[in-house]
Amino acid sequence: MVELRAQTPLDDMAPMTIGTVTLAEVDLGVLTSIAPYKGQGKALSEALKAAHGMALPGPNRATGKEGARAIWFGREMVMLAGPEPDAALNAYAALTLQSDAWTAVQLSGDGAEDVLARMVPVDLRAASFKRGHTARSLVQHMNGSITRTGPQSFVVMVFRSMARTLLHDLQRAMESVAARG
Amino acid sequence: MRVDGKGLVDRTRPVSFTFDGNTYRGFSGDTLASALLANDIRLVARSFKYHRPRGILTAGSEEPNALVTIGRGPAADPNVRATVQEIYDGLEARSQNAWPSLRYDAMAVNDLAAPFLGAGFYYKTFMWPRAFWEKLYEPIIRRAAGLGALSGQKDADHYEKAYAFCDLLVIGAGPAGLMAAWVAAQSGADVILADEDSVMGGRLNAETLDVDGKPGTDWAAEMVATLEAMDNVRLMTRTTVTGAYDSGTFGALERVCHHRDMPKGGVKETFWRIAARRSVLAAGAVERHIAFENNDRPGIMGAGAVRAYLNRWGVAPGKAVTVFANNDDAHRTAVDMQAAGVHIAGVIDSREDAQPLGDYPIYAGAMVTGSQGRHGLESITFEAQSGTERLATDCLAVSGGWNPSVHLTCHMNGRPTWAPDIASFVPTPGSIPGMETAGACNGAFATADCLREGVDAATASIKALGMTVADVAMPEADATPYSVAPLWAVPGKGRAWLDFQNDVSVKDVKQAAVENFTSVEHMKRYTTQGMATDQGKNSNVTALALLADATGRGIPETGTTTFRPPYCPVALAALGAGSQGKGFAPERFTTSHAASVAANAPMIEAGQWYRPSYFPLEGETTWRQSCDREVGYVRNAVGVCDVSTLGKIDIQGPDAARLLDFVYTNMFSTLKEGRVRYGLMLREDGFVMDDGTTARLGPDHYVMTTTTAAAGQVMRHLEFVTQALRPEWDVRIVSVTEQWAQFAVAGPLARDLLNGILDTPIDDEAWPFMSCGPVSVQGVTGRLFRISFSGEHAYELAVPSRYGASLFELLLARAKAMAGGAYGMEALNVLRIEKGFITHSEIDGRVTASDLGMARMISAKKDCIGKTMAGRPGLVAEGRPQLVGLKPLGPVKQLTAGAHIYTPGEDAAPAHDQGYITSVGFSPTLGHFLGLGFVKDGVTRHGETLRMVDHLREIETEVELCNPVFFDPEGGRTRG
Repeated sequence: MVELRAQTPLDDMAPMTIGTVTLAEVDLGVLTSIAPYKGQGKALSEALKAAHGMALPGPNRATGKEGARAIWFGREMVMLAGPEPDAALNAYAALTLQSDAWTAVQLSGDGAEDVLARMVPVDLRAASFKRGHTARSLVQHMNGSITRTGPQSFVVMVFRSMARTLLHDLQRAMESVAARG
Repeated sequence: MRVDGKGLVDRTRPVSFTFDGNTYRGFSGDTLASALLANDIRLVARSFKYHRPRGILTAGSEEPNALVTIGRGPAADPNVRATVQEIYDGLEARSQNAWPSLRYDAMAVNDLAAPFLGAGFYYKTFMWPRAFWEKLYEPIIRRAAGLGALSGQKDADHYEKAYAFCDLLVIGAGPAGLMAAWVAAQSGADVILADEDSVMGGRLNAETLDVDGKPGTDWAAEMVATLEAMDNVRLMTRTTVTGAYDSGTFGALERVCHHRDMPKGGVKETFWRIAARRSVLAAGAVERHIAFENNDRPGIMGAGAVRAYLNRWGVAPGKAVTVFANNDDAHRTAVDMQAAGVHIAGVIDSREDAQPLGDYPIYAGAMVTGSQGRHGLESITFEAQSGTERLATDCLAVSGGWNPSVHLTCHMNGRPTWAPDIASFVPTPGSIPGMETAGACNGAFATADCLREGVDAATASIKALGMTVADVAMPEADATPYSVAPLWAVPGKGRAWLDFQNDVSVKDVKQAAVENFTSVEHMKRYTTQGMATDQGKNSNVTALALLADATGRGIPETGTTTFRPPYCPVALAALGAGSQGKGFAPERFTTSHAASVAANAPMIEAGQWYRPSYFPLEGETTWRQSCDREVGYVRNAVGVCDVSTLGKIDIQGPDAARLLDFVYTNMFSTLKEGRVRYGLMLREDGFVMDDGTTARLGPDHYVMTTTTAAAGQVMRHLEFVTQALRPEWDVRIVSVTEQWAQFAVAGPLARDLLNGILDTPIDDEAWPFMSCGPVSVQGVTGRLFRISFSGEHAYELAVPSRYGASLFELLLARAKAMAGGAYGMEALNVLRIEKGFITHSEIDGRVTASDLGMARMISAKKDCIGKTMAGRPGLVAEGRPQLVGLKPLGPVKQLTAGAHIYTPGEDAAPAHDQGYITSVGFSPTLGHFLGLGFVKDGVTRHGETLRMVDHLREIETEVELCNPVFFDPEGGRTRG
């Protein structure tokens, strides 16, 4: 049997550091979009807690921790990142496999905020966008998801097909920030 | 001339630069303007219209004269104000708008023709004959009148856009702005302090006044250092706030690398969007000129600017300086110059009661009436009580008073208020929601008043933010009141200049009034006053005061023109940063992209997607050869095509079937699990929106496919339907376009190919036409759909995208082994035309289901979006263009898309139009061109011979109308 080779959106790109900011492709594990059915939000949250240890996040919030995160992903939509979704969740929500639909990168280091300030029109200052905060917004011209995962680190997601554009745009912004010294 | 011991330039760091090819030296901290003045260069530019010699007038961003081009080649930057351009080693500056040279400019002949070129001259003169304006007059005038030119090459520099957020934005870092920022920072607010200059401090750096018992410049430097060390303060130097917009949003232009060699990866400018909860405007004031005959000669400058050059940059703009003013403030220029050892030839003050501030000759109640000197000032003539006198001087420092920089307060339609005490306009409170104004921009000119107003403005802002205001000590400072007696223009016959940048004189304004252009807005457009790149910062108030005088109205009644953003010129490259070239839109690549590119396939754009056009083999010289071969793969063996770009939408929930029945014209609730159905979707107005197949994966689970082009539109449509039209339905939709890499495997050998790679072979019984279900491909779970867009026995195989590249490679290898291979968009198009399948070439938004021959697809058993509207008389009436097939007849064997159809014998004109062709292709299967198109009542006219005329390509042929399904109309091959 021939094996089908799996390829990541950025083809396992080596982490790239420009100035003080590092860009790395990240594997968030299994991605499942979860859209709760009518009136099932609470029950879904309970089931999510029981199965994966995190509550259903409200708008602009992410719950859980590295390896198992639930990221708010838009109106009545959450992205479970990490574990294989428990079958019990199916009773409360429409579950859809999305592991291959998104490019995910981690941007970290002193100046990560400055880099994103060149691409994302949302207030990402530490005081207003804390760890566990997330946004669906523009990433340059792309529709994306931005989550703060640490004091100086963010996870940025865009469509898989736009991986190269994301890389190009982030690299330009990183170079510009680094050039300011 | 450099003055020892003065200025903030770093004399230990000399800098070498060129101006018009000559090398000069300055110091780090110099602007191009200060360095040129230090080198005694006074003539730096030619004026826009009359090509009059011009020098440096101001020391700030309001400069109307000294515009230069910086750099060369693609990176050349025209119209840079020498007063804001900092020098650095290797800087290349050139004068503009002069030929052959700045000193001997041929176009200066315009100045002699001035009597014919005044305001209104063009309008009256260049009207006849009418066509001449565009073809003759305008090009000539444009060539003569001009600013610097762009290189015409692609800009080599990068620009960027960025976003910033704060509690309080302080605009301007003079005494008022610094105090406001200090109070806000001490109170714990997140502060952005933005200033145009490279060094913060505003006028404190241009004056010799003390603050808090020390030189103002030292106080400012200490304050800036303190603020810089605070975590909650962000200092933005070289940043001009250019506009005030809704909800506390401001535009700001930062000059990032204009003052240095471009570092690797650096940007020239950043255009910021700053969202601030509150703002303080402390933008200062602009000194105004006084109009008198020949008041524009190089060497005639603003009095405040002359002082700034001395105190900030250690430069005396002349050896014998004269001051002409109507206010006390300008006397400081004489005092400071004298203290620095520069000769003061005299101070001419229009006020009879003017008193000197020092030991210099003063002429009270006198006015300058003229100036002399060809390329620079040599002497002035003035009218004193004793009569007309002449004074040798090489620098005249003029001050007509100060105009507060109220511009930003007017950006949301606010109008400024006339303040008679300062003979100028001040901001009207509340003009910009959340904005306080402080200091000189508010009409408070004494340093002590600026400091106090800064504190007050910050206090009000901090309170409005719901924070506690910190107590700060008020520094001591000069409190001398500002005293001015209006003097707009010195009476006289010669040309006295108002708007230096557009060469507008006092006469022009008066002429506007004579011709009844008495509204200030009409005067502006008639004379072009205030319409240059400085937006009339130096001349607006004076011009409207003169207009008021000429029309016998007061200044407040005359009013101002509208100040609009941007406050200073902003390069389009900065506004559109990131969007040049490929930055215009994201590029979407399929998982097979790299393999296609490696196979030399030319890419075509389908929306943001890139898709292979065809896959050329060695020896093939035209795309047609490749296309014909690829069509052959599918008709005779097996072809593989990446169809991942089609939109895929996952639809789940108890009401999923209802939603589909509602958005599609045909029924989907009856579709069995494991089956696929073709569906047609209408817009609310009854026209066709999109088509595609939808598969039922489970009782409450469907996956819809859309065309590549309409994927976004259909998703938006479904969102609208589920959120707005049927919010009560329990159904969830999400895009899965990107999750699956999907490949069409088409041709008589399609199943054989698949059975070679699927873990469990398939057969016709379990997998009939229009079936679907999960399959295992080399251990990977995928989805298989038996659907066909080519009319052949075909499948679409989907796997998670991570395996896309690998699967494409595998499919291709297998296809090649079976005498098949990859096919691109060209072959795909020919294949579908042979079968009469439609794309958005046909469903272009003007076409109904009935036009497509699909009227029966609108189910009579249910309602659907667009059904009622599709029944409108105009949409079902006879005479509508209907889908037909077309074949060429006669010697010309070519059809072209876009050509129109006419009845033979009739004129090929719109009145006789019978229809048009939407798609064409050469069918290697049938050996001739095929076309799809729409012809009036076409369905009933199969067999008719008509005439195709392509007016653009000049191609004409006879065509036969026929059934749009050219190949295998019974569909046996698809089911085979």
